[in-house]
Amino acid sequence: MSSTLTSDAAASEASASPGLGESVRNYWDRVRGGELGSLPAVAGLVALIIVFTVLEGDTFLSAFNFANLINQSAMIIVLAMGLIFVLLLGEIDLSAGYAAGTCAAILGVTLTQRGWPLWMALGATLLTGVIIGLLIGLLVAKLGIPSFVVTLAAFLALQGVILLIIGEGGTIGIDDPTILKIMNANMSPLAGWILFGIVVGGWALLSLLKMRGRRAAGLPVENMSVFLAKLIALAVILGAVVYILNQERSRNPAITSIMGVPYVVPLILILVVGLTYVLGRTGFGRHVYAVGGNAEASRRAGINVSRIRIACFIACSTLAAVAGILFASRDNSISPSTGGSTTLLYAVGAAVIGGTSLFGGRGRIIDAVIGGLVVGVIANGLPLVTQESGIAFIVTGLVLLVAASVDALSRRRAMATGRA
Amino acid sequence: MSVSTQSGVRPSSGRTPDPVLSLRGVHKSFGAVHVLQGVDFDVYPGQVTALVGDNGAGKSTLIKGVAGIYPFDDGDFFFEGQKVHISDPKHANALGIEVVYQDLALCDNLDVVANMFLGREEKKGPGLDEAAMERKASETLAGLSVRTLSSVRRTVASLSGGQRQTVAIARAVLWNSKLVILDEPTAALGVAQTEQVLSLVERLAQNGLGVVLISHNINDVMRVADHIACLYLGRMAAQVPASEVTNSQVVELITTGRTGDIGLPAQVANHADAIDPTTGA
Repeated sequence: MSSTLTSDAAASEASASPGLGESVRNYWDRVRGGELGSLPAVAGLVALIIVFTVLEGDTFLSAFNFANLINQSAMIIVLAMGLIFVLLLGEIDLSAGYAAGTCAAILGVTLTQRGWPLWMALGATLLTGVIIGLLIGLLVAKLGIPSFVVTLAAFLALQGVILLIIGEGGTIGIDDPTILKIMNANMSPLAGWILFGIVVGGWALLSLLKMRGRRAAGLPVENMSVFLAKLIALAVILGAVVYILNQERSRNPAITSIMGVPYVVPLILILVVGLTYVLGRTGFGRHVYAVGGNAEASRRAGINVSRIRIACFIACSTLAAVAGILFASRDNSISPSTGGSTTLLYAVGAAVIGGTSLFGGRGRIIDAVIGGLVVGVIANGLPLVTQESGIAFIVTGLVLLVAASVDALSRRRAMATGRA
Repeated sequence: MSVSTQSGVRPSSGRTPDPVLSLRGVHKSFGAVHVLQGVDFDVYPGQVTALVGDNGAGKSTLIKGVAGIYPFDDGDFFFEGQKVHISDPKHANALGIEVVYQDLALCDNLDVVANMFLGREEKKGPGLDEAAMERKASETLAGLSVRTLSSVRRTVASLSGGQRQTVAIARAVLWNSKLVILDEPTAALGVAQTEQVLSLVERLAQNGLGVVLISHNINDVMRVADHIACLYLGRMAAQVPASEVTNSQVVELITTGRTGDIGLPAQVANHADAIDPTTGA
């Protein structure tokens, strides 16, 4: 044990800022040591895409299907982002799916039935999410009821609330053009490339600023070759996505032209950047990880643990409200089953598949995107291969099981190598 | 400066500076259990004061009182000569009192820097000032001559027991603290790591801090302590310079409250078996 530590120390003293080759080797060492991160999910995503391409290449790889995949995954991704806040604490929110449905119902009632202006209706929708999260958080943090029980109760109760709002078998239509645009309209191809430029350029600028700040403070700085490799990888992947989405994907281009990046993509990008900042770069985010890692230590360090718990449940339900808005946009209407059936389980699955631990303390917002895409690819690709929806459920269940085992096994591996 | 701070100090070597912490006749009861019965205790800056005593002697209660977790019921509490009343841990921290608990209270999933600044992060605008925190953490570790940590960005999960103890101690001295209390810092460590931590304890004192070391290991105590304070059934049996006692005298103080002419009055010590610890009578 101590000999590996000293050799470790010698190695990193020898090279304060490792070059590209060494960075790759360090990363591989961490993976072997049990710090897998998003690697299994990315590998799984690539594997699934290859399988579906081999089986149903023409349909699965079409630009139309690719845009479809993004739309199918969007709600799962946003819901999973919210769940990551709660999972980071080692808690669970089973009610997030129906919280999305309830908030969507509020949107429908205020917008369509009451004729409120859009901003007021959106405000009411998000406020509903805040209130649901506040109630759950208070019960968990102040009364100390396990979150599994509280949110199971909320899961049942919210299902009833939606039924009461909408009425048995009824639906509320959504006809607001702005809401409908989110999931059903696309940016112009030029706007897509501008978005690409902002994201890649912004990432490069922020990275360079961070490197400059660290150099000014006399701290070790990331090697330039590592930075360039990351930048090129980001540009290639995003460039390919924008290029494919900018292809004409209408069945009949003479009548309607469908091309460009769906509006939901920039929305998700904003959420990824904003929430990653909150979790990774603010005191609040640091305290979320701390409470998830060791609640007693956090309490002794003067962190208000109850406040952090409540805030995370509010974040979860509020993001569920955003997912509810996406549901309303995609379906043009809200029914009592909005946010029901497999929605929540897919979202929890997405977070876990992406690399967020169910044991708390480990996870990132980007996990929701990667895991959400894995779930989306299965939901999207399998129906092309087989019409049996039973098989889709079984395959998704198996993928979730594999992801949870990877989580558990990597923890064991990390324990064995002294990394956890 | 209160004159009374000096009145009860036991005679010791003449060059002893004014104590940073001075307790006079403190009492603490939990219900009917009278845990501390008029304890006097002094800690001097730049010196290591070992606090020893058998299980149940009141060591934990004494340090929890100093840390503000269970405030004392009665008695005088002088910090740097000023009479203070510490009612909660934040107040103790604000004065410069830091406690490193036996279970360390570190978050395994966070790196060394994040743990050292936990709950007191440096901010720049809305976000964290990571560069400043990393620099300060590195400086603090360098100031303690810590060379066992290869990177301050490693997660605590990947550290050995001795390294974790080092991080916990470094966290305590990061805050201009004047008094650091270490609760059994070597209890779970191997020989080499114990040695690392003990030399760290010595360096804390060399840097001018008052250090309280709680330990069951007489060898560790004799190795680093300048003063030894021995609690016996809720009373301070003796607080003596370490150079004036031997290992076996310390063991005798711990087990009977008395050795030779040092310690509690003979009738108290000799009635040890007859004393009902719940009432102290």
